[in-house]
Amino acid sequence: MNIHEYQAKEILTGFGVKIAEGGLAYSVEEAVQRAREIEGDTWVVKAQIHSGARGKAGGIKVCKSHPEVEKAAEALLGNKIITHQTGPSGKMCTRLYIEAGSKIAKELYLSFLIDRSTERVIMIGSAQGGMEIETLAKTDPDAIQKIYIEPAVGLQDFQARKMAFALNLDTSVLNHAVKTIKGCYRALRDLDANTVEINPLVVTENNELIALDAKMDFDENALFRRHKIAELRDKSQVDPREVAAAESGLSYVGLDGDIGCMINGAGLAMATMDMIKLAGGEPANFLDVGGGASAERTEKAFRLVLADKGVKAMLVNIFAGINRCDWIAEGVVHAVKNIEMTVPLVVRLSGTNVEEGRRIIAESGLPIITADTLADAAEKVVQARNEMSA
Amino acid sequence: MATLIDENTRIIVQGFTGKIGTFHAQEMIEYGSKVVGGVTPGKGGQNHLNLPVFNTVKEAVQQVGAEASIIFVPPAFAADSIMEAADAGIKYCVAVTDGIPTQDMMTVKNFLRRFPRKERMMLTGPNCSGTISPGRAMLGIMPGHIYIQGNVGVVGRSGTLGYEAADQMRLLGIGITTSVGIGGDPIIGSSHREVLEKLEQDSETKIALMIGEIGGPQEVEAGKFAKENMSKPLVAYIAGLTAPEGRRMGHAGAIISSAGESAAEKVATLRDLGVTICPTPSMMGKTVAEVLARM
Repeated sequence: MNIHEYQAKEILTGFGVKIAEGGLAYSVEEAVQRAREIEGDTWVVKAQIHSGARGKAGGIKVCKSHPEVEKAAEALLGNKIITHQTGPSGKMCTRLYIEAGSKIAKELYLSFLIDRSTERVIMIGSAQGGMEIETLAKTDPDAIQKIYIEPAVGLQDFQARKMAFALNLDTSVLNHAVKTIKGCYRALRDLDANTVEINPLVVTENNELIALDAKMDFDENALFRRHKIAELRDKSQVDPREVAAAESGLSYVGLDGDIGCMINGAGLAMATMDMIKLAGGEPANFLDVGGGASAERTEKAFRLVLADKGVKAMLVNIFAGINRCDWIAEGVVHAVKNIEMTVPLVVRLSGTNVEEGRRIIAESGLPIITADTLADAAEKVVQARNEMSA
Repeated sequence: MATLIDENTRIIVQGFTGKIGTFHAQEMIEYGSKVVGGVTPGKGGQNHLNLPVFNTVKEAVQQVGAEASIIFVPPAFAADSIMEAADAGIKYCVAVTDGIPTQDMMTVKNFLRRFPRKERMMLTGPNCSGTISPGRAMLGIMPGHIYIQGNVGVVGRSGTLGYEAADQMRLLGIGITTSVGIGGDPIIGSSHREVLEKLEQDSETKIALMIGEIGGPQEVEAGKFAKENMSKPLVAYIAGLTAPEGRRMGHAGAIISSAGESAAEKVATLRDLGVTICPTPSMMGKTVAEVLARM
């Protein structure tokens, strides 16, 4: 689960990380008010959206006067910001963070994440901040310092110092650098974060070390014990279809194609989508209905898939294990009768009680196209989609 | 012999008296697995499904000779149950539970590493469907009837995609020695490579099928292991050709977050390593059949 920059900064401040003075605004008036409260002659108006690369997309504006702050806030609030990370649909900006302008002497990079191959937390730093670490890894891999942290003992001071020296930090800020580095690590460990990224971490002309940006991503599986973190979820930053799916206990990811999918199991869902693509189609979504696909759940899944008006055909692929094909077939028939379907439907059932399941579909009298194998199902749904568009 | 489990493996169920534990314990017993009891702290001394319930795994090991365990404990307590099994001397543990926090799994893996390799419990999962040696024993939640006994070893992340593969093989008359679900989480007990090591050692297994997906470095590590250390052919399918970067596809671990983690990149690397790739998910059975025919 992602959170906003201002939320991450508030959390990290609690762990001893310094930030520039700033405040949150939901309206243009509030934005100007925040700027008035912050001393100085430069203010940065920052769109709070769940995406990096906001600067290049015009989501961060440096202002020299209060009227400029007003103008910047008007330009950002209520508008979608499109970065290369958000995709073409962009993310709606409903909150702004107004921050005191910093006089930057040096930009650095610092992040912590869980490394899957070593099963440890890895600390990554570079004296070349401000750019994306993926780009830097390609252009200048030697400029990146990686330090692995032993889970049982945690991050040690010598490791934090090693990182501070790799960042070419002056010894006058060494103590604060160690505090900052250890603070970020503790935030990750104590709050079940997957990542903490400070890009850039800057040294100001006054020789202060501050987090100019901050990004945190949290482990969804740990939210049951991180109630305060769970409350930071901003649903406006997530595809509304995914929010609706999560509320029904379904796992959904919206995509750009036009063939709707309903499948049980994440692996089989991905494989079925691959099969659609290989048959010449494009899936409209990923949807895992999970193990206990009851009639009620099946109907919810159908409604979710068909709520996407771009869907021109739908494929149901269920491998019944503990479930039984006859129960699933009854659920599908029930859903199709309740929802007035306007697009063709292909159903492929296999596994436990498959003959009975197929008989129920066939005898329902509904215009359901049945398929025996995965390949057959994909070909039939692509064909049905092509006939719809023809 | 089958690897990991057979008809003589003495199995206990952790989270035995709960609804899910009860249901799957019955299924396993019906399949012929030697379930010798279960653990539910606080219910020790009772009987459940005509089998003894213990307060601790240690008691189950001492009193009924438990060797393997399967975990149906809720996510908040599952990591603790896995460590209890390892401490009690269980040899092989399957964690079915979905939703265990990643940092809990880091703790589990760190705990397991403290045991000398020879005494270390093997763990598969969490978030997996379990392990089956068809005709011998089932330590999992899969539909046992779709698997037939044979000479193909299977390792895969996903449950239902593994069923799909078993079913395709069954329809072609191809059977399985052992099928292992390793789970869809970012940090798991055993990797594809670790299971391939077991399948390589198993005399009945003639060929291995690996069913992978996007995210993480494991499939490529397994491919490198196969090239350098395996005498048996490896066939692989990688799911997630259409998955966009940075999005989690159902499984917590199914996310392309760095270079080399997409399906296309994994397929290209595995092919270079000499692994036979299933061109489509509907051809897993057929590809295995072709490789078997050439042997």
